[in-house]
Amino acid sequence: MYRETEILKQPGVGDPDVFGDMVINIGPQHPSTHGVLHLVITLNGETIKKVEPHLGYIHRSIEKMCESLSFRQFIYVTSKMDYLSSHINNHGCCLCVEKGMQIEVPPRAQVIRVLMDELTRLASHQLWWGAGAMDIGALTPFFYAFREREMINDIMEETCGTRLTMNYMVPGGVMTDVHPNFQKRVHQFIDHFKKKIDEYDELLTGNVIFQHRMKGVGYLSKEDAISYGCTGPTARGSGVNCDIRKLFPYEVYNKLQFDEIIETGCDCFARYLVRMKEMRESLSIVEQLIDNIPEGDIQAKTKAVLKLPKGEYYSRVETARGEFGVYIVSEGGTTPYRIKFRSPGYSNLSALDHMARGGKIGDLVAIMAMIDLVIPDIDR
Amino acid sequence: MSKDELKIKLAELIPSATFDESGEWLNINITPPDFMSSIEILRNKVELNFDYLFCQTCIDWKTHLMMVYHLESTAYRHQLVIKIQLDRNKPEIETVSHIWRTAEFHEREVYEMFGVNFLNHPDLRLLILPDGWEGRNPLRKDFEDPVNMIKL
Repeated sequence: MYRETEILKQPGVGDPDVFGDMVINIGPQHPSTHGVLHLVITLNGETIKKVEPHLGYIHRSIEKMCESLSFRQFIYVTSKMDYLSSHINNHGCCLCVEKGMQIEVPPRAQVIRVLMDELTRLASHQLWWGAGAMDIGALTPFFYAFREREMINDIMEETCGTRLTMNYMVPGGVMTDVHPNFQKRVHQFIDHFKKKIDEYDELLTGNVIFQHRMKGVGYLSKEDAISYGCTGPTARGSGVNCDIRKLFPYEVYNKLQFDEIIETGCDCFARYLVRMKEMRESLSIVEQLIDNIPEGDIQAKTKAVLKLPKGEYYSRVETARGEFGVYIVSEGGTTPYRIKFRSPGYSNLSALDHMARGGKIGDLVAIMAMIDLVIPDIDR
Repeated sequence: MSKDELKIKLAELIPSATFDESGEWLNINITPPDFMSSIEILRNKVELNFDYLFCQTCIDWKTHLMMVYHLESTAYRHQLVIKIQLDRNKPEIETVSHIWRTAEFHEREVYEMFGVNFLNHPDLRLLILPDGWEGRNPLRKDFEDPVNMIKL
């Protein structure tokens, strides 16, 4: 048994040449990992030599679970993967089933779906902004962000019944019509948030200390971003155009006016700017649609038991974190034969080692915050 | 390149491949001996330039395993699905992690979930499953776990 004081007295303590590398565990229970992520970090002094993620602390084997659920049921399990983009996860699954069954979604349902997607994206980015700033050491943004996020959660609660895992979309449309207060509440939110997002920028974006923590940290070149399969703001901060809403538009996205935000800084600050600007774009999409919800059905007529024809189906949607893919292999039965979820966080996390290597340990938290990790999305 | 153009081009470059056009994207079946040379062609030919591997997974067909690679070119925006049959008792395939770095994680997942051995993989260890997990591969169809699995 060593006593710590005895070790400290030894000559050469703190000198990496004498004592070699140091291995540090971060997590699985650590506030900056936003869940149960375990990182084993090899350090030389303060410089990171290697980051090794250990996953699976919240692995529920959702893919295996889905193999015994019907094509209507499995959609609701996916809300529990990326719980901050649950609408968009459900949306991806619905699109895949609709592709197989060749269901035409009524226009009203399409618009409601896109509205819900964009509100979810806003809520997710707000949480990222608050929690990310908190990781870096600024506590105030957290409370600001949650004040606005609460308004979206209230809107969701009225229409969907729940605040986090909404389970609102069904194959062929949405489950129920929107609440009578929906439009009024969304208008209130738009008016409120339009002023507040400028406040966000004043509070954090222009802050010199914050910029020093972000600029030049976690460099990821365009080629590496593609090779690592990064998507979403992580890749768009490196100049990759990968917005599925623009490249392969689904629902009504091709009729909307919005820009794909691309920054070429390749560092944490570029990723930060992408998300901040995306919030404004999402807000503009919501604004375009909220007064133009067409009248009509909210669901297409579908059979009670869905049987996807034999074959393979793949659908792609853009969640708040990147490209979410659903790959269904059907044998013609009532349950999928094999299902694979391509979660954005999993691929983005694989680039963490590359981004952090050679940097300082203090920057690791900033890099993780700007990838916007959601662990249930990674573990599935 | 459109689906048909891609098919004509690939049939020229990889003569042993067979094609299936039933799905949304062009499917190409490659035999394991031709795998590495085909992958090099797909990645490095300027007019193909498949630089983005957006999904990599495996399917257990009970008689054999099938690796599935979804590829896209970020320059031309054409997609391709590669399929390779593997022996179920001794599944082995070369790694592609030196070509698409994202494959390193995806292959580790397939390794533990299906038991596919990726040759020359830099770091083939368990990723999601707990340490000390041996042999049994959860996503195979014959996997049984009476304690943790609830049959519906």
